Amino acid sequence: MFFILEIRFHGRGGQGAKTAAAFIAEAAQREGKFVQSFPEYGAERQGAPVTAFTRISDSRIYLHCGITEPDIVVVVDPTLLKSIPVAEGLKENGMLVVNTVEPIEKVREHTGFNGKIITVDATKIAVEEIGKAVTNTAMLGALEKAKEIVPFEHLLEITREHFTYKLGEDVAERNVKALKRAYEEAKVW
Amino acid sequence: MVKKVLKALTGAECVAEAMRQINPDVVAAYPITPQTPIMHAFSQFVADGKVDTEFVTVESEHSAMSATVGASAAGSRAMTATSSNGLALMWEVVHIAASTRLPIVMNVVNRALSGPINIHCDHSDSMGCRDAGWIQLYSETGEEAYHNTIMAVRIAEHPDVLLPVMVCQDGFITSHSVETSEILDDETVKNFIGEHNGHHPLLKTENPVTVGPLDLFDYYFEHKRQQLDAMERAKPIIQSIFDEFGAIVGRKIEFFEPYMLDDAEEAVICLSSSCGTLRHVVDELRKQGRKVGLLKVRVFRPFDQNKLAEMIRHIPVVGVMDRSASFGAFGGPVFMEVRNAIADESQKPLTVNYIYGLGGREFTVEQAKQVFDELRQVRESGNPGIKVRTLGVRE
Repeated sequence: MFFILEIRFHGRGGQGAKTAAAFIAEAAQREGKFVQSFPEYGAERQGAPVTAFTRISDSRIYLHCGITEPDIVVVVDPTLLKSIPVAEGLKENGMLVVNTVEPIEKVREHTGFNGKIITVDATKIAVEEIGKAVTNTAMLGALEKAKEIVPFEHLLEITREHFTYKLGEDVAERNVKALKRAYEEAKVW
Repeated sequence: MVKKVLKALTGAECVAEAMRQINPDVVAAYPITPQTPIMHAFSQFVADGKVDTEFVTVESEHSAMSATVGASAAGSRAMTATSSNGLALMWEVVHIAASTRLPIVMNVVNRALSGPINIHCDHSDSMGCRDAGWIQLYSETGEEAYHNTIMAVRIAEHPDVLLPVMVCQDGFITSHSVETSEILDDETVKNFIGEHNGHHPLLKTENPVTVGPLDLFDYYFEHKRQQLDAMERAKPIIQSIFDEFGAIVGRKIEFFEPYMLDDAEEAVICLSSSCGTLRHVVDELRKQGRKVGLLKVRVFRPFDQNKLAEMIRHIPVVGVMDRSASFGAFGGPVFMEVRNAIADESQKPLTVNYIYGLGGREFTVEQAKQVFDELRQVRESGNPGIKVRTLGVRE
C-alpha cells in the first residue's frame, strides 16, 4: 500500500527544528522506510521562523516540494502559535503537537484546529534537563506520543548515539532524559 | 561482490561520499553556498585520513579551477565543486579546461546567478556555460548525483573523450535535503573507475610536452574541430558507461529517461529535481485516465538530438521546462535544443516552453498539474498559443 506520512515542523532558528526533522527521518530510515527531510531556507539567523519537513514512506519518494497538507504539525516554539498559521493545510484527521503552557481551549482558539492536539511544556523540560531552551528532542518525545513513528526504544537509542557522537555522553543523556520526560508529560487532547 | 547500503544522506553528502570513494589525487575548492557542504564533508575525510587527496584551499574560484587545471595537466585525477557566482568567476578557466582536454570532474550545485543576489536553485549558472565544452550531467536526486559523479570520472578519462564533466544537482532542493540514498561499497567504485594515467602528463619528464601554448589561425580551428568531434564521439561512450554502471546499481540509465511516454498525449521534458514532482503528478493523472508522460534529460551536453526526436516525435504536445532564462532568445536553453532536434521531423509535437522556478521559486504539484492542463488545451485546440510562458510568477 502506497502511503506517505508528511510532517511539518515550525520553530525558530537555533531551536533545532531542522535537526528534529532530519533526525526522525533518519530513525525511520533505519526501520527500513524511505525518507526525505529538508528545511525551508530563508534568511538564516537565530530567532527567525523556520520550517522543516519530513516525508516517510514504504516506497521511494519522488516529490521535491514543500508539504502543504501535512498529517502532523510540530510546533517547537511556543510563541509561533500566535504569530503564524501553524495549522494551515493540516489534515482534519491529522495531529498538532505543540510546545505550550496554554490551556487546550486557547491552543484551539489560536490555531483554529479542532482535531487531535498534543501539548507539552517542552521549554521547561529542555531548560531543566538540558540547561537551555533547545526544545527539539523534547518535541520528538511529544511527537512519538502522538504517533509511534519508530519503536520508542529505537528512538532513544539513536538519540543517544547521535548526541554522543556530536556533543559527548553527558549532553546525550540529558537529551535522552528530555525526550523521555516529554513523552511521559505530553497530554493528548 | 557488490554491496549496497541505504543511508539517509543529503545530496551534498552523497557527492562527498562519491569523492571519498574516488579518492582523487587533487581537489581544489573555494566555499560557496549551496556547494559548501560537499567540501565541508570532503575536507573532513581529508582531515581524518580517509583519502590520500592533496586538498588545496584557494583564495577564489578562479584559482580553484586554475589549480584543478594545473593538477589535471600534471597527470593527476583532479576534482572541484562550485555554485552560481563561483562558476561565473571560474568562467575563463572553465573554457581552458575543456580546450586543454583535461578530464576534470566538477560538481555544480545549481544556484541562481546574481543579481539580485539569491542563494537558491535555478540553472542559470550551468546553462550559462553550456557552450564551454564540458559534458553536463543533471541529477534528479542526491543518489543520482552520486551515480553521476562516479560515472563522470570514467567518461572524462576515456581516451576517446578526454573532456571535463560537470555534474549538476539542484541547490538546497537536493543538496540540503536528506533522502534515502543507496551507496555502493568502496571496492566496487574503485574497480569501476580504475586507475588514472594522465594523457601526456606534464610531470612525465621523459616525454616533455607543452600545455596551453599560443594557437593562432594556424591550428586553433583544428583544435576546436577536435573538441566538436570529441563531443560527438562521447555519445556512444557515455551510453556504454551508463549501461555498465546501470548493471551494477540495477537501473536503466540513459541520456533521456522516459516515463509513461509510449501512449502519451501530453508530455513534459525536464531536468533535475522537478522531474520527481512531475513523475508524482503523472502517476496521479494516469489514475484519472489522462495519458500523460515525462522525459527526464540526464545528459544535456552532448545533446543527443536524434535520440530525443525518436523518443518524442509521436507525442501530440510537449511542454519543455526551463529553470533558466535566455534573455532575448526564443525560449530557454532546453526549449531551443528540443525544437532544434525535431525541426526536420515530418511528424512532430507542438511545443510550449515554461520558464519556471527562477531563484528557487518552488515548483509545486499545482504548477505541474497546470502545465499538463494547459498542454491538453493546446492538443485539443491544435493551437500552441503563447509558446514561451512563465510559470508561478506574479504578474
